[in-house]
Amino acid sequence: MTRWAMIADLRRCVGCQTCTAACKQANGTPPGVQWRRVLDLEVGEYPRVKRAFVPVGCMHCDDPPCMHVCPSTATRKRADGIVTIDYDLCIGCAYCALACPYEARYKVDRQEFAFGARAPNETPDEKRVGVATKCTFCVERIDAGLAKGLKPGVDPEATPACVNSCIAGALHFGDADDPGSNVSELLAENQFFRMHEELGTGPRFYYLWDKAP
Amino acid sequence: MSALQRHWDARAAANFMLGGAGAGLVACAPLTGNSALVFAGLAMIAAGLGAVWLEIGRRLRAAHVLFNPFTSWMTREAFAALLLFPIGLFYPLFAAPLALAFLYCQARILHASKGIPAWRAREVMALVVSTGLAEGAGLALVFSADRWLLGAFGAAVVVRYFAWRRYRAAVRSEALEPAGRTLAWLGTGAALVLLPIAPPLAGLAAAACGAWLKLALVTRASFKQGFSLPHLPVRGAR
Repeated sequence: MTRWAMIADLRRCVGCQTCTAACKQANGTPPGVQWRRVLDLEVGEYPRVKRAFVPVGCMHCDDPPCMHVCPSTATRKRADGIVTIDYDLCIGCAYCALACPYEARYKVDRQEFAFGARAPNETPDEKRVGVATKCTFCVERIDAGLAKGLKPGVDPEATPACVNSCIAGALHFGDADDPGSNVSELLAENQFFRMHEELGTGPRFYYLWDKAP
Repeated sequence: MSALQRHWDARAAANFMLGGAGAGLVACAPLTGNSALVFAGLAMIAAGLGAVWLEIGRRLRAAHVLFNPFTSWMTREAFAALLLFPIGLFYPLFAAPLALAFLYCQARILHASKGIPAWRAREVMALVVSTGLAEGAGLALVFSADRWLLGAFGAAVVVRYFAWRRYRAAVRSEALEPAGRTLAWLGTGAALVLLPIAPPLAGLAAAACGAWLKLALVTRASFKQGFSLPHLPVRGAR
């Protein structure tokens, strides 16, 4: 069984936000909507301060609270673990956005453009106005790549845009159920954590922070 | 104003304020035998649902709210309302159980929001249900001073106070403090003092304080918990 997962190696991330830009370019999200964000966190007190860059977005949880609260069944989970939103079913109640502990969901009430008026290269998607949106793990690229016999996480054409764009090799994508996959090997070789694991959502976004002891 | 919606605003809060108080009114109506109170409660519930309808992004698809009774308390609330209206209109004094179900669904809607610490606490359920009942009984006092109603109001107000104390012990939210203090002093203390002297005033005070608390709970206390790093990245030499 395939179980897609993403890994962010916190030792490698430099906070360049290239993944954020790549996501916006690939998915055409409006201003203020960032399906892939990188947090710039300072921890500690001066002079003992450490800085960490933390990529965040939809964690495609095993037990997604957004799906349970959704009254319209617009939010669903595929067999491969990707959490999707059916824009034709969603009523835009924003309940899922409040239920998500990862602040991963967005809803815009009207179309906005980066520079006020619509630029020639901006192609608004009316379907995504007034409904919830979020990171899809670039599901269209994955499905199209698989149809061509490509391997997501290995072949760029079948891999999420943010992972392809990462200049530091911090982001990885692959099948966590395949013991020989890139993500399985990284998880075996390193210590990792998942965000807000205590909530029982089972996020499938892993953060590497040190090598395995 | 940004096009991006980050939280529920007063339109969604109105569903909890009007709907909760309306459901409480329907639930208390059998104590007075006055069917008109049920109709007033139904009107409030309808107004609350109308307000939240104004907040959704795709209003013409509102019926889709009924699609997920298996896990969504919002869907269950909608079904409770769908059943409550015909029963309330044709058998007004038998509508109390459905009104209580509607109120319970509202409490569970908040509790199911895992992203918001002030909502996901278990204690929020008793607070929302007891607030609805206290508000409903308070509004009923404006029209009736029945002995049973006076007793029910007093009990609901006291239960609500303890539900607030319990909630406050579990969730520390600065955003709720002003409304909580008012609920304790005006909505409980003053309301109980006024009850034998001026029941309608006592009822209105309790109802207004409950509405303010729910407005604050939905619109002001809905902070996300943010992000946390249980481990910092280990870079370079150890």
